[in-house]
Amino acid sequence: MINLTKSAGLNLHKRNGAEILFQSVGMIAIIISLSFLAWLIITILMNGLGAAKHVEIKIPVDLSSQNVDPDNINDASFGSILKSGLRKKFVDVKIRKDKKKLYNLVSPEGSFELKREILKDPTVLGETTDIWFSASDDLSLFIRGRVDINVPEDQRQLSDKEVTWITQLKTEGRIRIKPNWNFFKNGDSREPEIAGILAALVGSILSLSVCFILSFPLGVAAATYLEQFAPKSRLSDVIEVNINNLAAVPSIVFGLLGLSIFLGYFDLPRSSPLVGGLVLSLMTLPTIIIASRASLRSVPPSIKEAALALGATPVQAVFHHVFPVALPGMLTGAIVGMARALGDTAPLLMIGMVAFIVDVPKSILEPATALPVQIFLWADSPERAFSEKTSAAIIVLLLFLILMNLAAVIMRRKFEKRL
Amino acid sequence: MSMNGSIIDTKNLDVFYGNKQALFNIDLEIEEKQVTSLIGPSGCGKSTFLRCINRMNDLIPICKITGKLNIDGQDVYDPSVNVVALRAQVGMVFQKPNPFPKSIRENVAYGLKINGLTSSKSELNDRVEWSLKAAGLWNEVESRLDDPGLGLSGGQQQRLCIARAIAVRPRVILMDEPCSALDPIATAIIEDLINEISQEFTIVIVTHSMAQAARVSNRTAFFHLGELIEVGVTKEIFTNPSNEKTQNYITGRIG
Repeated sequence: MINLTKSAGLNLHKRNGAEILFQSVGMIAIIISLSFLAWLIITILMNGLGAAKHVEIKIPVDLSSQNVDPDNINDASFGSILKSGLRKKFVDVKIRKDKKKLYNLVSPEGSFELKREILKDPTVLGETTDIWFSASDDLSLFIRGRVDINVPEDQRQLSDKEVTWITQLKTEGRIRIKPNWNFFKNGDSREPEIAGILAALVGSILSLSVCFILSFPLGVAAATYLEQFAPKSRLSDVIEVNINNLAAVPSIVFGLLGLSIFLGYFDLPRSSPLVGGLVLSLMTLPTIIIASRASLRSVPPSIKEAALALGATPVQAVFHHVFPVALPGMLTGAIVGMARALGDTAPLLMIGMVAFIVDVPKSILEPATALPVQIFLWADSPERAFSEKTSAAIIVLLLFLILMNLAAVIMRRKFEKRL
Repeated sequence: MSMNGSIIDTKNLDVFYGNKQALFNIDLEIEEKQVTSLIGPSGCGKSTFLRCINRMNDLIPICKITGKLNIDGQDVYDPSVNVVALRAQVGMVFQKPNPFPKSIRENVAYGLKINGLTSSKSELNDRVEWSLKAAGLWNEVESRLDDPGLGLSGGQQQRLCIARAIAVRPRVILMDEPCSALDPIATAIIEDLINEISQEFTIVIVTHSMAQAARVSNRTAFFHLGELIEVGVTKEIFTNPSNEKTQNYITGRIG
């Protein structure tokens, strides 16, 4: 009888063991990397979702005509009106130091908010009215349970006195939590409760648009020429090797290049998305060229031969038959390159896009910053509330990366179906 | 077999790939509106010869050609010859079916469009229909002309490629082992088709199968190690070859 079991010899025990060992090592490797990824996503989400909440505090403010002149609203001293409102709420606060702490419950932005509120609705003038103000970052953190009161008083941001005030306000229903839409509507700010991501987002979108408009046509044209038309010679070999080398150059070097060429020589506006986009396209070009060449190379040469044999010119053969087949791959390569550009900080630091920018840029010539730079700036800030802003900005950046990759997948599917 | 006069003739044709010589001193006449098959063992240069006729060898940078290759009395390697015009007159069907990744209609219409051979949409459609009918494919694809050509079976794809080649009505059609990727039934259909269209076109076919050469061709040329050993009427070559090498090849002793 033939032995078909493991005991047949043939080293089967040893070989089976090797199979199981290798496959389990692979599984473990995947599980480890997935758990790191899950950990990263969970911590960022936990930390960042706090920034989705905006805490407000209701203060009665005296808007009688002796404080605010209805005919000349802009001249009023909104800061002191707000402060006296707070003092009236807590009449037993007498010491200067305590008063300062009291004022700090409301965001420094409060006086501007008061002014905006009055300008928006002047009917509130003439009497004492309750108005909602943005709370300070410390109050906000406390309300959202991010301050541990069991820690000794001198080691936490809020003293026991402040905690009592806040608890009193809370029981009176003078504190509320709202969704933080300001995060998407505001530019950067020194105050974490006001700081938003819009300026950085617009800066990134403008820079990437410049980058795409420049690098995609240039990269695809270069790749098509090199792959389909250029005679193979020593020169084309040198060019190929150097394109591959360029793709591996650290991005900060491109930043330096951009600094000396675009800012130093051409004198383009510093910190602008135009220069940012130019530098990013320098960085993305090699990636796009390499991906496009690979995509062109994967088109079976028989298609081109068929067209040539029918009497098509080389340009016709390439653009009618090879190019449409290669286009989805080229687009995917471009989007992958753009995704890298979206996440890159270093070259933007070199050309001054690291500045503190409050206003949302309206054109590619105005100073701007970019998402990853904004993350870098916030991560660098000492205020605790900025740490959750950092995570929130990372979430936005990741969402954009996912969207771009999704777009790449959808485009590829769509083009492939059309064939 | 009647003599129709030659359309292609070569004189002292030598082909080199770099330092390696692939064809030696080929003198061959190919008659008009006949099927000529080129046979010989692998690497004997028959495909190289075929690709000289429509200058597809131009795509290989290291390929160098000397001697004369005339079509209708004109030297195709003369500097004044436009290779695009040449290829519009000399169609080609490849070893593996290679339809464009487009619809069936676009596949056939492509050559007509780029060469500006039709003046109206209806003329174009008529010409597409004629070509597909001539290639024996019309009945199978009539209802789905806008479906992708790559959705057809291998044999149908190859007939589509033949339809595409004859649509521009070339003088010569070159076929490079057109049935080597097909099953016997599809092969038989293509062989019948070759017989049909040889009424109108001059066909030069490279084939590995001696049986196929015997079935489809009027004349046969035998290549060996880059040399043209013998050329003549197919029946003669297979029954009474004058050269010993041909004898050895067709009886299976070499190749």
